[in-house]
Amino acid sequence: MRDAFIAELTNAARENPKVVLVVGDLGYGVIEPFANEFPKRFFNAGVAEQNMVGLAAGLASEGFHVFCYSIANFPTFRCAEQIRNDVDYHNLPVTIVAVGGGLSYGSLGYSHHAVQDYALMRTMPNMLIASPGDPMEVRACMKYLIKNPQPSYLRLGKAGEKSIHLSIPKIIPGKPLIVKSGSSIEKVFISTGSPLAVVNDFLNQTTEARNISHFTMPLWGMGFKSTVAYELSAFQTVVTVEDHLEDGGFGSWILEAVNRIENNKPSIVINALDAKVCGMVGTQEILNEAAGLLDFKKCV
Amino acid sequence: MLDTVDLARRIRRDALLMVHKAQASHIASALSIADILAVLYGSVMKYDASNSDLPTRDRFILSKGHACVGVYGALAEVGILSKKELDTYGLNFSPLMNHISHKIKGVEFSTGALGHGLPFGVGKALSAKINESEWKTFVLLSDGEMDEGSNWEAFMFAAHHKLSNLTAIIDYNKLQSLGSVDSTVGLEPLADKLKAFGWYVQEIDGHNHKEIFEALTIQNLNQPVVVIAHTVKGKGVSFMENKVEWHYKSPNQNQLAEALAQLESN
Repeated sequence: MRDAFIAELTNAARENPKVVLVVGDLGYGVIEPFANEFPKRFFNAGVAEQNMVGLAAGLASEGFHVFCYSIANFPTFRCAEQIRNDVDYHNLPVTIVAVGGGLSYGSLGYSHHAVQDYALMRTMPNMLIASPGDPMEVRACMKYLIKNPQPSYLRLGKAGEKSIHLSIPKIIPGKPLIVKSGSSIEKVFISTGSPLAVVNDFLNQTTEARNISHFTMPLWGMGFKSTVAYELSAFQTVVTVEDHLEDGGFGSWILEAVNRIENNKPSIVINALDAKVCGMVGTQEILNEAAGLLDFKKCV
Repeated sequence: MLDTVDLARRIRRDALLMVHKAQASHIASALSIADILAVLYGSVMKYDASNSDLPTRDRFILSKGHACVGVYGALAEVGILSKKELDTYGLNFSPLMNHISHKIKGVEFSTGALGHGLPFGVGKALSAKINESEWKTFVLLSDGEMDEGSNWEAFMFAAHHKLSNLTAIIDYNKLQSLGSVDSTVGLEPLADKLKAFGWYVQEIDGHNHKEIFEALTIQNLNQPVVVIAHTVKGKGVSFMENKVEWHYKSPNQNQLAEALAQLESN
């Protein structure tokens, strides 16, 4: 996902002189293509995230679209007030990019586990969350963000994820994107972010799931609850999957959204990370399993 | 160029009237910076009062957003805002809230949480540098605000990138929220610290207009500039000067009359 991100960003910068990349002293082996090609539009803010986001807002207020790149919680929680006041309140085109979403950096410990970031970003009125599930969705999110500069949060995994989509999909905030089509309206799965592959594999390989559709939702946020509520209103049960804690997460957002439907609300089954995983170390796969993420398999 | 002494007096008057009417706080913080604002808006900064978004304007950021009545007064006195708009200060749903707001014409950036203005100003200055624009960025900070680590992150970054188009002004009135700066978290030796951070440092009397003007117009090609302005909190109204309580209190009718009379006789 990292490589798809930097490729899209570099491509965009060739056509758009307003694209700027600011990193928080991270991105070794990732950001060089951009830094080498656009040295005047690349800044390393050092290990100083508050200033990184504050100056990004200053640049954005002069017409630049600034991408702030760092790892896990550093560009979000460390500088949460700068995102809230400087970026979101002023409605400025700054995209916070966090690599290592969920438990991607499982072995690095709790400091590097980004499992509460949706909760933070979801509470900002102008914030668009981009949580792609594979490299194709990364490219789709980047194309959308470049075309629609705004306060935004791009949550990436790490590198080497396989592509589920065969081509770059067209995506719209709050609109579920079909991954696997089934005939059932009784039950659908909707995932966001990295669980895309594991959900997709399971549904494709499970006979009982052949009628179940799988959607993904790479673009969402506070402003799109009505859209998603409308989109999901035809279904009876919606199973959500995310690699984030339940509290303040994606499933919680869906639940709040469908609660706006007056009659025949779909029931929502949330599959998220159990908080017992906080503090555990291990590979992403092991920790996701330990945190109950794979419980969605019981939901068919 | 305006008569900045008269402008400062009018800014103080506007600030007192607004704070009294709204029964708001922070009057002493606004009186502390009235002379700096008068020199900035009266003679240093380039702007067009009839077109406050002019791309070539100098940018001013009030990082100590609680002193907003000083800036609102300045904007009204130079014709960017109407005097009538000042009457809405502090009213329900008014854009003129008790911390400076970008929803007001002529205001670049909303603050209120401390430690945000300088990093934002660094971004402004950086953008001017990328675009090879001539305009300058001025950021006015409080002394208590220097406790915020984000400022020191910004001091380091700005010096590293030689942002000579950026000027920080520190309103060093020696009082913060609960008492003196010295008894809270001492800043001294402040000038030495800022020099060590790579800034061109000037120390001035923050109520002397000649010193303010010279410090803010110095030609400096290689470094960002910081002006440590020694000021008196509550300056111009004797019973508010150097009193922590006037960070919070609003003048009553009698105190307002006395304060306005003092401004006229000064």
